[in-house]
Amino acid sequence: MIDKLSWIAVYPELVLLIMACVIALVDLGVKTPGRTLTYLLSMMTLAVVAAMEASYALGGQTFYGFGNMVVVDPMGSWLKCFSSITLMVTVVYGRPYAAGRDMLRGGEFFTLSLFALLGMFVMISGHNFLVLYMGLELMTLCSYALVALRRDDARATEAAMKYFVLGALASGFLLYGLSMLYGATGSLDINEVFKAIADRQVKHQVLVFGLVFIVAGLAFKLGAVPFHMWLPDVYHGAPTAVTLIIGGAPQLAAFAMCIRLLVEGLLPLALDWQQMLVLLAIGSLLIGNLAAVAQTNLKRMLAFSTISQMGFLLLGLLAGVVSGNPINPLTTESAYGAAMFYALTYVLTTLGAFGIILLLARAGHESEEIVDLAGLNQRSPLYAGVMAMAMFSLAGLPPMVGFYAKLGVLQALISSGQTSYVMLAVFAVMMSLIGAFYYLRIVKVMYFDAPLSHNAQPVSAPADARIVLAINGALILALGIFPSGLMTLCAQSIKSIVTSLGS
Amino acid sequence: MGLLSLAIWTPIIFGVVLLAFGRDDQARMVRWIALIGALVSFLVTLPLYEGFQLGTSAMQFVEKQGWIQRFNVNYHLGVDGISLWFVLLTAFINVIVVIASWESITTRVNQYMASFLILSGLMIGVFAALDGMLFYVFFEATLIPMYLIIGIWGGPNKIYAAFKFFLYTLLGSLLMLVALIFLYNKSGGSFDILAWHQLPLTGTAQTLLFFSFFAAFAVKVPMWPVHTWLPDVHVEAPTGGSAVLAAIMLKLGAYGFLRFSLPIAPDASHDWAWLMVALSLIAVIYVGLVAMVQQDMKKLVAYSSVAHMGFVTLGFFLFNDLGVAGGIVQMIAHGFVSAAMFLSIGVLYDRVHSREIASYGGVVNTMPKFAAFALLFSMANCGLPATAGFVGEWMVILGAVKANFWIGGAAASALIFGAAYTLWMYKRVYLGPVTNDKVKVLTDINSREFLIMALLAVAVLYMGLYPKPFTDVMNASVADLLKHVALSKLN
Repeated sequence: MIDKLSWIAVYPELVLLIMACVIALVDLGVKTPGRTLTYLLSMMTLAVVAAMEASYALGGQTFYGFGNMVVVDPMGSWLKCFSSITLMVTVVYGRPYAAGRDMLRGGEFFTLSLFALLGMFVMISGHNFLVLYMGLELMTLCSYALVALRRDDARATEAAMKYFVLGALASGFLLYGLSMLYGATGSLDINEVFKAIADRQVKHQVLVFGLVFIVAGLAFKLGAVPFHMWLPDVYHGAPTAVTLIIGGAPQLAAFAMCIRLLVEGLLPLALDWQQMLVLLAIGSLLIGNLAAVAQTNLKRMLAFSTISQMGFLLLGLLAGVVSGNPINPLTTESAYGAAMFYALTYVLTTLGAFGIILLLARAGHESEEIVDLAGLNQRSPLYAGVMAMAMFSLAGLPPMVGFYAKLGVLQALISSGQTSYVMLAVFAVMMSLIGAFYYLRIVKVMYFDAPLSHNAQPVSAPADARIVLAINGALILALGIFPSGLMTLCAQSIKSIVTSLGS
Repeated sequence: MGLLSLAIWTPIIFGVVLLAFGRDDQARMVRWIALIGALVSFLVTLPLYEGFQLGTSAMQFVEKQGWIQRFNVNYHLGVDGISLWFVLLTAFINVIVVIASWESITTRVNQYMASFLILSGLMIGVFAALDGMLFYVFFEATLIPMYLIIGIWGGPNKIYAAFKFFLYTLLGSLLMLVALIFLYNKSGGSFDILAWHQLPLTGTAQTLLFFSFFAAFAVKVPMWPVHTWLPDVHVEAPTGGSAVLAAIMLKLGAYGFLRFSLPIAPDASHDWAWLMVALSLIAVIYVGLVAMVQQDMKKLVAYSSVAHMGFVTLGFFLFNDLGVAGGIVQMIAHGFVSAAMFLSIGVLYDRVHSREIASYGGVVNTMPKFAAFALLFSMANCGLPATAGFVGEWMVILGAVKANFWIGGAAASALIFGAAYTLWMYKRVYLGPVTNDKVKVLTDINSREFLIMALLAVAVLYMGLYPKPFTDVMNASVADLLKHVALSKLN
C-alpha cells in the first residue's frame, strides 16, 4: 500500500507523464503544419506543471515519498518550476524554426521534450542513486533523439552520434561510481550514504575511488573541462531549437543532481571533491574563455562560453566547506545559494541569446555565424537590445543579472578567508576579462557594423515569440536592478537542504 | 523620492523613453525631448546647491533603503562638499553635449541622445553613492553607454578605440571588485563606505587594497603609465563623447581616490605617496612634452588632459588642505575647460572634417567670434589667472611648495609646457593668414554654437574670478578628510 504523501510527492510528475502520453496520441490526428493543437496542449501542460511546482515550493515543506526514493523540497520544486518555464520559452522560440526545417513532420519535437523534462524532474527530486540515474537516462535518451531529429542532416546526425557515445560513456562513469559507493556503504539511499560516511565507518580510499567517477560523470553533464569535448560539437551540430533544449533546462537538472549527490550525499567528503572541482573549474574557465575568443560560429562561441560559465558555477559549489573548520551552515548556504542563483541566471540569459539566433533564422538560412548578426541594431533594435543585454549579462557587467551571479560566487570564495580561494577569485575575475572581449565582439557586430547586403531586411517573427523575447530581455535587466527576491529564494531553498542534512 | 534620486533617475527615465519610442524619422522631436530631459535633469540638481549646508563635513540629502538584503547592500545616497559640485557639473555638461550634438548627429539620434542621458544619470550615481556595491554598479554601468557612443558614432578606427576603452577600464575595476568584497567580509558584512572609513586594517591589507583601488582609479584618471588608452579613445570618439569623457568620466577615477583610497587605506596612502607624486609629476611634465609634438588637435588636448589630471592626483597625495582642495577645484575647472576645448575642436571638425593642425591656419580671419572663444578656452587650458584653469593649479602648486619645494618647483615648471603646447596650437590653427581654400570658406559659429560657447565661457570666467562658491562648499569636507587620513589605522 503506497501512502498518500508519496502520491502527493510525485503528483506533478504523474500529470506530466500522462499528458505526454496523451499528447503523443492526440498528435496522431493533428494535420496542421505548425502542429498548433500539440503546441497548445504542451504549453498548457507545462504551465499547469509549473504552477503546481510553484505552489509546492511556496509551501516550503520538505517531505519524502516512496520510502525516501523521492524528495520534495523548495530547491527541487523551484528548479522544476523554472525548468518547465524554460522549456515553455524554448518551445515558443523553437517552433517557427522547427516548422521551417521539416522537424514538425510528427509531434516528436513536443513529446520528446516533455519526456526529457520528466527525466529532469526525476533527476531533480530523486533521493536515491538508482532513481537519479534513471532520471538522467530518461533525459539524455530523449536528448539524443532530439539532436537526431533532422535525420537527413549529416551534421546533426554526426552530433547525435557523438553525443550518444560520449554520453553513454559518462553515464557509465557515473553508474560505476555510484556502484562503488553502494558497495562501500551498503545503501542506495542518499541519507543513508551520508550517515554512513559521516560516521567514518567506511574505508576512505574506496569512497574517494567512487567519488572520482561520480565527479567525472557530473562534470560531463555540466560540460566542465576536461569532459567538455562533446559540448561545442553538439551545440553546433544540433538544430538550434534542440541546442536550446539541451543547453537550457538540463543545466538546472544537472545542478540539482550535483547538490543531491555531492552535498546531500557526500558532504562529509567535501574536502576531497572540492579539490577535484578546483581543477575542473580552472580548466573550464581557462579553456572555455580562450577557445571562445577564436570562434566565428555563434553557437560554438556560446558553447565555449557555457563551458566557462560552468567553471564559475563550480567555483560556487567548491566554496561551501572550508578545510579545517567544521561544516558551517552559513558559508555553506551562501556558497550553494550563489551557485543556484548562477545556474538560474545563466539559463535565463542563454534563453535570450539562443532565442535571438532562432528568431533570426529563416528558411534556408541558419543565421548562426557571428557575422550574420551584423547591423542587427539597424534591422531590429529590440532584438539587438535583448542580445546586447544577454551578452553584457554573460560578461558579468552590472546592472545585468549576470553580475550578481558572479558577485555571489566571488563573495563565497573570498569569505572563505583562504588565500588559495582568494587567488581563485582573482583568477576567475581575470578570466572574465577575457570573456568580456568575445561578448563585446557580439555587441560590436550588432551595433557598429553595417548589415550584410543579403541580410539587411527587417526581422519578422511571430507575435508570441516576440513578446516572450521582450519579457526575457526585460527580466535580464530587471533582475539586475532588483536581484534581491531571486537571491533570497535561492538562499532559502538551499537553507532547507543544509538544515536537513543527514536527517 | 529624494533630490539625489531625482538627479539620477530623471535623465535615465528620459533616456529609456527615447530608446523605446524614438525613431529616426522624428529626429527633430527626439532632439527636443532630449534637450528637455537634460534641462529638467539639470534643474533638479540646483536645489542641491541651494539647500547645501556649509561648514559641515557630514553627508547631506542622505537617502537610505535596503536594496539587496542578502548582501546587506543599501540604496544609500548622499553628497558632501567633495561630491556636490560633480553632481551639478555632470548635469550641466549633459545639457551642453545635447545642444552640441544637435546637427552633427543624424543617424540613430534617439540612441545617441539616450546614451548620453543614461550615462549622465549613471555618473551622478557614482558621485552620490555611499554604498560600495551601489558605487560599483554605477561605476561599471557607465562603460556600456560610453562603449556604444564611441563604437557607433566614432571615427574610422572606432572599434579599436571602443574595445581599448572598455577592456582597459574593466581590468582595473574588476580588481576593485575583489577589494570591495574583501572589505565587505572584513567589516562583518557591510558595504557602507563611511563605515569602511573607520575600519581598522593591517598594513598588508591596506597595501593590497590601495593597489586594487589604484588599478581601478589610476586607469580611469588616467595616470602615467596607464594613460595610453585616452588619446586613442579621444581621437575616435564623437565630439560629445570626448567632452563627457574628459569633463566627467576622468573625474570618476580621481573622485575614487578621495572616497576610497585615502580614507580606507590612510597608512598605505602615506607609504606610497612618493610613488603617486612621482607618477603625477611624470604625467605633468613628460606627458606635457608629449602633447607638444602632436599633430592631431584632439590628441593634443587628450594628452593635455592627462597632464592636468596629474595636477589633481599630485594635489591629493600632498596631504595638505591646499593640495586636496586645489585638486578638487582643478577637477571642476578641467571639467569646464576640457569640455570647451573638445567642443571647439568639434566646431572645426564639423566644417572641415579634419583634426590635423596642419589643415588649418588663419581661422581667425573667417571665424572671428569663434576664435575669440577659442582664445579664452586656450588661455584657461594653460592656466592664465582669472580663468578657471588657474585657480586649481595655483592651489596645488602652493600646496606642493608647502610640502616640498622641489615638487612644487617641478609642478610649476610644467605650467610653461602647458602654455607652450596650447598657445602653439592656437597660433597654428587660428592665427596668421588663411592657408587653404577650406579655411577660406568657413562660416562663423551659428547661434546654437554661440550659446554653448557662451555658457562655457561664463563658467570658465566665473570660476576664475570668483572661486569662493566652489571652495566654500568643499572646505569642511576636505579638512575632515585630511584629519581622518592623518590618523593611522594600524593598531
